[in-house]
Amino acid sequence: MNRPIRNLAIACMAMFLALMANATYLQYWQADSLNSLTEHDNNTRVKDATFSEPRGQILVGKKAIALSKKSNDRFKYQRVYPFGAEYAHIAGYFSRSRFGGIESSQNNILTGDAPGLFVNRVIDLLGNQAPQGGNVVLTLNAKAQKAAYEGLKALGNNTRGAVVAIEPATGRILAMVSSPTFNPTRMANHDISISDKAYDRLLADKLIPLNNRAIEERLPPGSTFKLVTAAAALSSGKYNPDTLVPGGASLDLPQTSKDLVNESRGSCGGNKITLTRALEVSCNVAFGAVGLKLGADALREQAEKFGFNKRDFFTDLDDPLTSQATSEFPQDVDAPQTALSAIGQASVTATPLQMAMVAAGIANNGRVMTPYLVDEIRSADLDVIKPIEPKVLTPQAITPSAASKLAEMMVAVVDNGTGRTAQIPGIKVAGKTGTAQSLPSRPPYAWFVSFAPSVNARVAVAVLIQDANVDRDAISGSGLAAPIAKSVMEAVLNP
Amino acid sequence: MSRTSPTPTRPRDPRPGPLMEFVHRRRRGAELFLLILSLVVGIGAYAAVGLGVDGSVPADIYKYGGWLTALIVAAHLTIRWKAAYADPILLPIVAALNGLGLAMIHRIDLGMQAKKPDYQALASSQLIWMTLGVALFIGVLVLLRDHRRLQAFTYTSGLAALVLLLLPMVPGIGRNIRGARIWIHLGPLSFQPGEVAKVLLVIAFAGYLVLYRDALALAGRRVLFVDLPRGRDLGPILAMWLISLGILVFQNDLGSSLLFFGMFLVMLYVATERPGWLVIGGLMFIAGAYFGYLTTGHVKVRVEAWLDPFNPDNNGYQIVQGMFGMAWGGLTGRGLGLGSPQDTPIASSDFIIPALGEELGLTGVIAIILLYGLLVERALRTALICRDNFGKLVATGLGVVFALQVFVVIGGVTKLIPLTGLTTPFLSQGGSSLVANWVIIALLLRISDQARRPPPEFLEPGEDMDSTQVVSMR
Repeated sequence: MNRPIRNLAIACMAMFLALMANATYLQYWQADSLNSLTEHDNNTRVKDATFSEPRGQILVGKKAIALSKKSNDRFKYQRVYPFGAEYAHIAGYFSRSRFGGIESSQNNILTGDAPGLFVNRVIDLLGNQAPQGGNVVLTLNAKAQKAAYEGLKALGNNTRGAVVAIEPATGRILAMVSSPTFNPTRMANHDISISDKAYDRLLADKLIPLNNRAIEERLPPGSTFKLVTAAAALSSGKYNPDTLVPGGASLDLPQTSKDLVNESRGSCGGNKITLTRALEVSCNVAFGAVGLKLGADALREQAEKFGFNKRDFFTDLDDPLTSQATSEFPQDVDAPQTALSAIGQASVTATPLQMAMVAAGIANNGRVMTPYLVDEIRSADLDVIKPIEPKVLTPQAITPSAASKLAEMMVAVVDNGTGRTAQIPGIKVAGKTGTAQSLPSRPPYAWFVSFAPSVNARVAVAVLIQDANVDRDAISGSGLAAPIAKSVMEAVLNP
Repeated sequence: MSRTSPTPTRPRDPRPGPLMEFVHRRRRGAELFLLILSLVVGIGAYAAVGLGVDGSVPADIYKYGGWLTALIVAAHLTIRWKAAYADPILLPIVAALNGLGLAMIHRIDLGMQAKKPDYQALASSQLIWMTLGVALFIGVLVLLRDHRRLQAFTYTSGLAALVLLLLPMVPGIGRNIRGARIWIHLGPLSFQPGEVAKVLLVIAFAGYLVLYRDALALAGRRVLFVDLPRGRDLGPILAMWLISLGILVFQNDLGSSLLFFGMFLVMLYVATERPGWLVIGGLMFIAGAYFGYLTTGHVKVRVEAWLDPFNPDNNGYQIVQGMFGMAWGGLTGRGLGLGSPQDTPIASSDFIIPALGEELGLTGVIAIILLYGLLVERALRTALICRDNFGKLVATGLGVVFALQVFVVIGGVTKLIPLTGLTTPFLSQGGSSLVANWVIIALLLRISDQARRPPPEFLEPGEDMDSTQVVSMR
């Protein structure tokens, strides 16, 4: 009977080896995935532990917009947001049940688990100190952020809108504000029922305050899209700022019985006007005609060079609860839709971030930089661990000469056209208004994109007001959006 | 003389010489040394739990440590006294596992009490069960001088096992706990008769197979290099298969069903040396499992929870919590008292391995699996060197019971195979299982003492050697 017993012994050994291999898989290889709250948001162990750890700070300049303070309950550290609602969509929030914004996307930095912080972690362990998280320094400019926040707030708490400011040469995001906003402090409460109730109330709110409209809201860009059409026209070589384009009261839309008319229902100042004049007065007929001549493919190509139809270039705020929108220029467009697309209507949609990138690309001699929000990763003692380098998204969306011509045209818009409300004394501001129609039943969206100074620009801004507590007639890019853009630009230029 | 020339074989001595050249040493000193290590593990773990949870060594550490030490020393002295040649590794392994289990059950008690103040602590009753287990262990070693005497109880133990297995079905004393009808309650006492039945079944199978192994080993048909038995010899395996299916269908106990059938199959294979039985048994197992999958709801539930535990429809909460715990433990564990093993439902019985994995890490889990591996291999080693077939079969059966049980339960809670409810020997909370396992170890030690003891040496033939032989026992 010994032979079968020996065989059995081998079989048993194989069984135990299988158990050990499986335990190793579970506790070593699979452990990271099981311990990731992104993949398993119901893992209470990781939630409790993450919630009890001192986290690193989120910094804007030298000011912390999120930091951990010691507390005397079972979760040991309380997360504090000194600026409250102003940075809510950026810093995010940190509760036991869920977290969002930078708190979520940079979680492994803030907890200290990131590979780059490994050495610090070991030093903490050897020095018998509690492990400390790393700090995240943001690209934001505190003054610009404040100007944007106050500007939106002045329109009323129920205003839906967003402001994005970018440094054109680098892609650094200088301001990003969304309205309505919320107070993250309540969600960080250690009493989980209070925290959950605060979250549920925000979820139930019809105005969706948790939405970061700067990246999650995608709306027709309206006349601000004429910048893309103008860029395509200048790039084609067939147009110059002085080229005469149709400026009449209406444009016959091919294949339909309808006509494209201007906002004012009148003509743009003659049957033939220059391209610059067309931009100054935001002439629908002129740009519809230009778009038809260039064709949908040329428009789409130009739009994609600025970042349309792409999604992955901005990941700094990616978290499980954020669904970033992709700005879109549609694929299959017939002729009437092409004309409408050229003026930012039909199925063309854009996020405020995208429109800021269009302005920044023009301001940066046609080179579109990848926007980013995380500037540096620092250790707990503020040593720089990882500086983030600017990255180019499109090396040449338009040629430098076309870019400077377009910039001049935009200066004309602010100097003589629809964008006068954005003028800053002593500084040449380039801008473009937009008042996009959606449904006849609801008010239009007010847009304004701009940059300044017009040469060697230091800031590019996009402002979107989706709706505000003002009369329908008062809603316009120049009336509501441009003054906010102006104050943000001033905050950057005249600190 | 050429080197390659074969050495002349010694002519067979008509007198029986020593049966084996190799003589086992007693190794009781080695056992004592290993036992000290085991006590360090058990008592150290208890102290570490106190340090982890409260920040201080528990006040009753002397009482607890003294009690544990007394039990282990009593077991060790009994072995010195009654089974001096027994395997020196078995008791230390078991002592370490039992001590670790007690500490972990205590730790989960503390965790549960922090959540629910009226939670009934389990560790102290487990210590009482361990005391009872060690008492029975001593009883078996003292009263059972020779394991071969158990062969006389072949049919008695078979019948007793059947009665025990049927007891939970008796209205009035049988209870359904968490879906499985495998418990009996007599007044304040609750008991899982299947755990005792497991020992009795091994004895019954061994006694039966020793008698009928030749008949069962008769070759039938040869199909694809495998000798398949004759149809008329299928009776016993068919009977066992039906009993196992009955346990599955009527008692909803997948684990025990699998354990009993697997144990029988392996013993049949060892007794007959015919792999054909494994083929037939394997096919029957697959048929039975498929039948169970189709007819009983809970097999299906278990399989679905195994395939996709993260699907909220799949009833995988417990196993997912266990996996989270083990992943949270990682390589080195959170440290005793510093994890959250109480978050896993019923952590102190079936899911004690994930609890240990959480606080002692992969390192601890591997160490525990190695201990079980050693335990099984020592049991099989005992079977190998045992001189009588009955002892061989009993030792094999008991070793396989551990191997299957450990594989099924640890494999189940770590998602290697579908989860089936079984206790983790010596670690899990549960009196019946602990007591039965201590008896199994006593039986294994008895057989190994018998096997390792130097064989009887024949005295120089005396004058009246024709009538009787005088044998001296060492």
